[in-house]
Amino acid sequence: MLTIRRDLVDAIIAHARKDHPDEACGVIAGPAGSDEPERFIPMLNAARSPTFYEFDSMDLLQLYREMDDRDEEPVVIYHSHTATEAYPSRTDISYASEPNAHYVLVSTRDEGEAEFRSYRIVDGDVTEEEVKILS
Amino acid sequence: MAVEVRIPTILRQYTSGARTVAGKGDTLSALVDDLESRHAGLSERLIENGELRRFVNVYVNDEDVRFLDGLKTPIADGDSVTVLPAVAGGSAAQEVPGS
Repeated sequence: MLTIRRDLVDAIIAHARKDHPDEACGVIAGPAGSDEPERFIPMLNAARSPTFYEFDSMDLLQLYREMDDRDEEPVVIYHSHTATEAYPSRTDISYASEPNAHYVLVSTRDEGEAEFRSYRIVDGDVTEEEVKILS
Repeated sequence: MAVEVRIPTILRQYTSGARTVAGKGDTLSALVDDLESRHAGLSERLIENGELRRFVNVYVNDEDVRFLDGLKTPIADGDSVTVLPAVAGGSAAQEVPGS
């Protein structure tokens, strides 16, 4: 189960809406081992594409170095799908490389209501999990 | 003296859980061979058909080796090498830009 604050959910959705129709991506870091997402870090989608996202390689190095220095890990890795449902694609599954992270997908295909879902992706297996939002 | 290599979480299964390992080699390619001799399986996760895998990033000091000389990038004693899987994906089922 992903337990996450309402303001962080809102921040992810706002980022996804802002970058629509391109996919938006980012991380919510938290203390290592805590499983608590705390620090919202929107990332640039270096691919600037409506069907693909990738963190810029230098931004990625800086992000991991900063998390290391602060004893954090990527508790949530999020990205948006802008024309399809918030479910991991084959591409998402094959490149998922953080077995301890919650992979959050947001769909912005509906202008009125964003779909917000969370998954574990481990060794190519996808498991959807419940999202508990703290207000 | 050797080179320190930072290993990402997903590849620590090959290093008995170690976050950093020591290695040696004049080039990145030689360094990977040296690591493979003690951490069997690591090389295949980094290299495919003689090239660095598209969705694995390797940095020598602070430089992405794609902007240096790839696997031929020279390595010197005291350099620090970082391996990070790309964070990537998207709704495209197959057509992946740049792959």
